Amino acid sequence: MSARDEILGRVRAALKDSPQVPQVPRGYRATSGLDEKALIELLVDRLVDYKAQVAVVDAAEVPTRIAALLVGAQSYVVPAGLDSGWLAGVEYEPADGRRHLDSAATPLTVAELDGIDAVVTGSAVAVAETGTIILDGSPSQGRRAISLVPDHHICVVKATDIAGILPEALRRIDGTRPLTMISGPSATSDIELERVEGVHGPRKLDVIIAR
Amino acid sequence: MSQTFLGMPLLPVFGTGNLHASESFPKAAHRELGNAQLRANLGHATHTIRDKRLQVVSELPDWEQLRDAGSAIKESVMARLPELLEQFEKNFTARGGVIHWARDADEANEIVAGLIRETGETEAVKVKSMATQEIGLNEYLEEQGITALETDLAELIVQLDHDKPSHILVPAIHKNRSQVRDIFLREMPGADPALTDDPAKLAAAARTHLRRKFLTAKVAVSGANFALADSGTLAVVESEGNGRMCLTLPESLITVMGIEKLLPTWQDLEVFMQLLPRSSTGERMNPYTSLWTGVTEGDGPQNMHLVLLDNGRSAALADEMGRSALHCIRCSACMNVCPVYERTGGHAYGSTYPGPIGAILSPLMTGIQAEENNSLPYASSLCGACYDACPVKINIPDILVHLRGVDVDSKRGKKKIPTQMDAGMKAASWALSSGKRLGLLEKGLPLGRLAAGPDKKITKLPGIAAGWTQSRDIPAPPPQSFRTWWAKEHRGPDADGGPMPSHNKGDQP
Ligand code: SF4
Repeated sequence: MSARDEILGRVRAALKDSPQVPQVPRGYRATSGLDEKALIELLVDRLVDYKAQVAVVDAAEVPTRIAALLVGAQSYVVPAGLDSGWLAGVEYEPADGRRHLDSAATPLTVAELDGIDAVVTGSAVAVAETGTIILDGSPSQGRRAISLVPDHHICVVKATDIAGILPEALRRIDGTRPLTMISGPSATSDIELERVEGVHGPRKLDVIIAR
Repeated sequence: MSQTFLGMPLLPVFGTGNLHASESFPKAAHRELGNAQLRANLGHATHTIRDKRLQVVSELPDWEQLRDAGSAIKESVMARLPELLEQFEKNFTARGGVIHWARDADEANEIVAGLIRETGETEAVKVKSMATQEIGLNEYLEEQGITALETDLAELIVQLDHDKPSHILVPAIHKNRSQVRDIFLREMPGADPALTDDPAKLAAAARTHLRRKFLTAKVAVSGANFALADSGTLAVVESEGNGRMCLTLPESLITVMGIEKLLPTWQDLEVFMQLLPRSSTGERMNPYTSLWTGVTEGDGPQNMHLVLLDNGRSAALADEMGRSALHCIRCSACMNVCPVYERTGGHAYGSTYPGPIGAILSPLMTGIQAEENNSLPYASSLCGACYDACPVKINIPDILVHLRGVDVDSKRGKKKIPTQMDAGMKAASWALSSGKRLGLLEKGLPLGRLAAGPDKKITKLPGIAAGWTQSRDIPAPPPQSFRTWWAKEHRGPDADGGPMPSHNKGDQP
């Protein structure tokens, strides 16, 4: 008998008492009921708690903000589908090789990404209560590797994409896309429980909330 | 359907691998208690995480509703397991993944080694996973000439020191910072001799050590926290980003997962992603969670394998009273509140799964008669703290009591020569079944006072009772029994069963 059939057989036999399938009580909160202002406030509070840097700006100011954050970066990568207006404030000289475009069709190698200082992406949805930003690999966010290897992640969150609590956020996205949920920069508490920010993922996370 | 047709497997089929205690819990605990460093570190760790957990749990007004939902979802997964496994298999396969089934630890190890060999590689990066520890994958791969590199900081420390994890969430908690520095200097090629014991510096050293490996690895091995049957999606919850590295950069990904990890639908994730981080690290959300559904062209590993592991899970499922132990999401909350675990640490439990959950899960998966696992259900004071903390409401104390019963039953009729315990129980049954006999025996109480001596303490009991006085004294017995006292106080017709005297002299036991 194949291992598959044998294991399924064991499991069926283990359930020979035919246990009841219970109704799942979903009495937990499905929405937070917060307005946009309160959502932004809560998200900022939580992100700061995780030691991420946060700026809340009007949509028109996003390009200036991004340009300012990129000042120290020798090079940066953006997904090919990023809103090109967001980069309008960054001086662009094709020949200097500072800006790299990445897409599934023309991907950078891991070694190339390792040599790049920063990455700018959009985001799919954010969760205010937990300070979580979710990337779903759509064109404004790109492949998972680009928001992982460079050491500085600049992430734009549109105010309209902020959900109050996790159930609201997960109901807005397609779970079968490659998803990354990010809550602050990478961290470890493995040595004497002392929290150290910045291990393998980007050590610096800048979030720009665009109203 | 009749369950008796030919070819039906005989139940239960128990698990193998790192699930056994090699010595009894009391013996192991006795040794571990002598390790003052371990006890101090564990006390600090369990209390810190416990406080953080209480803080973030109290923020959620619907915590109890989430626990109720989580418990019911897991109960329905167990009841529908065959159907959900088949549904998951279909969806995972449709998205380009390949499923392998492993009856036990050996079979899983062979499958993983074979898959790595097929890639032509002799090295794989690994994300922390309980399932691969359970089957002893790293040791097996090493025998096969394959290096499995642990990438979680704590697991790396434990691996470099050729040690075993002592806590499922913070596996190196039994080491302090200077011990970690010494291990790095000794075992990490190219470590800076000027490395200090500052945790930030130590984490940076681990980053440098692992980064090359991440960027060049062709194969990764992971576990999974959740698997969604309705879509074939897998999820890994982590903090450091080593998980993202392993799940994203290599060409091939091999995931090993117990068959009980399924959730029926995407919607169920909204419950568990609220329960797990808060119960586990005491955070509102862990830094990183990765979810993937088979192969995504141009993004992440293009060869995706999943090994579905039984290894005693079906045996645990067959125990109607014990099957809810399979609801466990490995958050470690029960360990952090357990007064026994806090003192003995994880090593005393022998198995990969320590603490209250380990005390039920290990014997359920291996069978109560396996090696020393029958001592595990007694490693508890039944205080119930674990049940209160468990995000999926596993009634651990009830299952402990149930397994103690299974243990006693399994020994019944096996012994020829009666033990001291048997003799004692027989004597107790004779005495307690008659008031007259008990009264007669109680007349001997003053003798105990003689044994106690002038300080009114008995410091050494004979025979098997000696265990009780090994670390504590018992007070001398009272000069008279309660029955004698009661009879004296209630001289009269209703001396047996009259109301309590309204005056209380306060001088009686
Ligand atoms: S038994 Fe409950 S509390 Fe303990 S690790 Fe499992 S889920 Fe967490």
